[in-house]
Amino acid sequence: MSTRDIDQTGGGSGAPGAAPGGAAENRYLREGFHAARWQEPVIMEQGSPGERGVIPPPLETGIRAAVGDPAALIPPELLRATPPALPEIAQPQVLRHFMRLSQMTMGTDVNIDLGLGTCTMKYSPKVNEFLARSPKMADLHPWQPEETVQGILEIAHRFGRMCCEISGLDAVSFQPASGAQGIFTNASIIRAYHEANGEGDTRDEIITTIFSHPADSATPAVLGYKLIVLYPDETGYPNLEQLKAALSERTAGLLITNPEDTGLYNPHIKEFTDAVHAVGGLCSYDQANLNGIMGVARAKEAGFDLCHFNLHKTFSSPHGSMGPGCGAVMVRQDLRRFLPRPLVESDGLRFFLDDDLPESIGKVRSFLGNLQVVMRAYAWVMSLGAEGLRQVSETAVINNRYLMKRLREEVPGLDLPYSPDTGRLDEARFSWGRLKEETGIGTEDVERRILDYGVNNYFSSHEPFVVPEPFTPEPAESYSRADIDEYAEIIRRVAEEAYAEPDLVATAPHKSSAPRMDESPLHEIDKVVTTWRVWKRLGLQSPDTPADV
Amino acid sequence: MVSLGFIVNPLAGIGGRVGLKGSDGEETVRRAFELGAVCLSPQRAFEALVSLKPLEADLELLTYPGAMGEEEALAAGLQPTVLGSIDAGGTSAADTRRAASEMLELGVDLLLFAGGDGTARDVYDIVGDRVPVLGIPTGCKIHSGVFAAHPRAAGELARLFLEGAVTRTNELEVMDIDEEAFRHDELRARLYGVLRVPHEPRLTQGSKAVGRGLSEDATVTSIAERVVEDMRAGVLYLIGSGTTPRGIMQKLDLPNTLLGVDVVRDGLLIAADATERDLLALLDEAPTHHPGSPAEIVVTPVGGQGFIFGRGNQQLSPEVIRRVGVGNVRMIATSTKLVGLPFHRMRVDTGDADVDAALRGYRRVVTGYRESAVVEVV
Repeated sequence: MSTRDIDQTGGGSGAPGAAPGGAAENRYLREGFHAARWQEPVIMEQGSPGERGVIPPPLETGIRAAVGDPAALIPPELLRATPPALPEIAQPQVLRHFMRLSQMTMGTDVNIDLGLGTCTMKYSPKVNEFLARSPKMADLHPWQPEETVQGILEIAHRFGRMCCEISGLDAVSFQPASGAQGIFTNASIIRAYHEANGEGDTRDEIITTIFSHPADSATPAVLGYKLIVLYPDETGYPNLEQLKAALSERTAGLLITNPEDTGLYNPHIKEFTDAVHAVGGLCSYDQANLNGIMGVARAKEAGFDLCHFNLHKTFSSPHGSMGPGCGAVMVRQDLRRFLPRPLVESDGLRFFLDDDLPESIGKVRSFLGNLQVVMRAYAWVMSLGAEGLRQVSETAVINNRYLMKRLREEVPGLDLPYSPDTGRLDEARFSWGRLKEETGIGTEDVERRILDYGVNNYFSSHEPFVVPEPFTPEPAESYSRADIDEYAEIIRRVAEEAYAEPDLVATAPHKSSAPRMDESPLHEIDKVVTTWRVWKRLGLQSPDTPADV
Repeated sequence: MVSLGFIVNPLAGIGGRVGLKGSDGEETVRRAFELGAVCLSPQRAFEALVSLKPLEADLELLTYPGAMGEEEALAAGLQPTVLGSIDAGGTSAADTRRAASEMLELGVDLLLFAGGDGTARDVYDIVGDRVPVLGIPTGCKIHSGVFAAHPRAAGELARLFLEGAVTRTNELEVMDIDEEAFRHDELRARLYGVLRVPHEPRLTQGSKAVGRGLSEDATVTSIAERVVEDMRAGVLYLIGSGTTPRGIMQKLDLPNTLLGVDVVRDGLLIAADATERDLLALLDEAPTHHPGSPAEIVVTPVGGQGFIFGRGNQQLSPEVIRRVGVGNVRMIATSTKLVGLPFHRMRVDTGDADVDAALRGYRRVVTGYRESAVVEVV
């Protein structure tokens, strides 16, 4: 069934905010949508004392005779004085509980999630799950001898060569488990490089841009670097003179995203990297936004010494809910010696782990990282081929241009700040600033209202909000024209509602699993308990915890 | 029971739609009416008040007669206690001040006013930091930070604050815009003072730059840490006006002149609210043998237009800047402020073309303890 089969009637009667245009206008809208709303108690509030989900069979006499009391085998210091507070509940009730929760979750397989820009949401082919979850993969042990894991080492090695080809760089590590960790790894390599050159103490500044992803400033800050942040001019990116004003003998490196989340590609990027090299700094390319330039432009030709890919975004491995990720890191040959240990190598006959890297930054993750992500990414690339990868980017850009055209021509109150007539690549950052001024409805209100039309994915912006009331969609290559039309139609409808019936939008969602939450306490920082430590510091107690705990 | 003071400047904004770019002064108001202006401020104030209806049973609403609040309150279905009296002929800034003064005396928990920058100044003159204040944006000029993003947001935030769901307040800027210059498309803004405003970034700064990261207070503190740590013995520090430089004085545990220039040396206050003459005299006395400069100027851009010199800090005259040396001007700003400047540029207008030219170009701005930005000064 295609979206065209749905709701040809123009929506359920009594649907809020019916558009003035009538049935034809509603072609792609699911006005009759309503999410499951189970009002499900938390698991700890369910069940009853003594209720069990699994009752283990009693120990057989022979085994007991051989090993004695199994409880006595556990060292006393590892035994709890009191049993843990676990729910006591039987299997069917557990199953029902989690099924209900899952029904209230609008996951990537049930909604059009192209609104979650910069995350490169795309279809993750289900066949790749069979590979990643097959016992051949899932049952591997990271301490198995190399000769028994030649298959996965071969895949890691082959895919490593592909990543090097796509980036133009020479050596690779799949150890970082996220994009931020990949950027952290690159910042660490920059530090190790300058330390090896005896300049570790004097080169203490990292340059980035305000639109680069937050990890490009946060991870060098964690490493002790001072940050210099460049702000954009009218074009949407900083200019060379500005960069030069930031460069000095103190420059350790440049960490930059390009295209940034505005979707704008800085065409002067090679001049930027040249200028950084001229003062002795290194250039690290945050390629979380690779999806618009894959197979078209490479890190090497842009002058970068290091880069990272998000295999869980661009290369289709599923992500979200902090699932396993991989921030693959690629570097120039002379920086290989600093990569996390070990590296997967081949002598032409067999594959092996090279742990002989005395200058390595060390480990950023255990073993080789999340290899099931590498496995899915490899399968995905093999299904596309080199030409296919380029086609991915071209399609993603075409999809984005189409969505942008619809949004810019049809949606009231929405603007495109910075170089509005310059083409964007795979995503675009819009502003609802005008809508907010004219109706009081801002980006967070729009985000909540689209839930009522059966989509939940929406991205405003990373911090800080440079664009007022930001909105950043990214229709990757796997969305159909009908998907994009439906999403555009929803955004148009919500904007029209904001002008016609602002209260309807301001109080949304109305048809989601949960009503609108009051988030104002989140801004009361002294009322927010984010960690157990804060809980302890504030001297808070749960009602059933003894005061001396 | 919570108590809310509610003041509407019914004439706010009337100059806007008829192209007068403001409503300050009787002559402007008269011309606006001649040009067919209608009062939109009461309607927008009413939109805000509607959000307070759920609080009705616990709310003591103090307001002024007629269109200064009484009519809007009744239209919103609330029962106000009406104070004072106004002339039948029309309202003026004096009425706003009198209303604010009476409400202050009666001890309101929050003062909610509808108007623009001019109304905010009138309220500030009376209440200062003694009562939390929130503005409903109904005027032509909304450059002050004390306004909610929209009338509805003002009502929502007032309700959250009175209910106790929002308890913190932020000191936000009241701007003084030269309306006569503004009519000639020239923006002259200076900091006029700060008001305490309930803290909820989504509702107060909605259309401007806002993040959910480090709070503004914490950022100001981290900038102050950097500046204080870098201070050298024997050097005179000329600390400019504004809340960001004030953080330095607080860090040093010294009294501060929010709208003036204070001078610090070796952690001690040398001069408070110094004039240009004071500054030049101090620079004369400063030891000339000191390596580098005997003095540094620390300034922050005025919010909105981003002037670092020439708006509200004329004490830092071209002569003072020249004597200190352009290279010894240290610029500081929170990233929220930089993000909010048009194309993130700062401006200079010292009145001396050579000094302005020397200050222009790409300059480093301290934005945190270990963070700076490169920003163009034009």
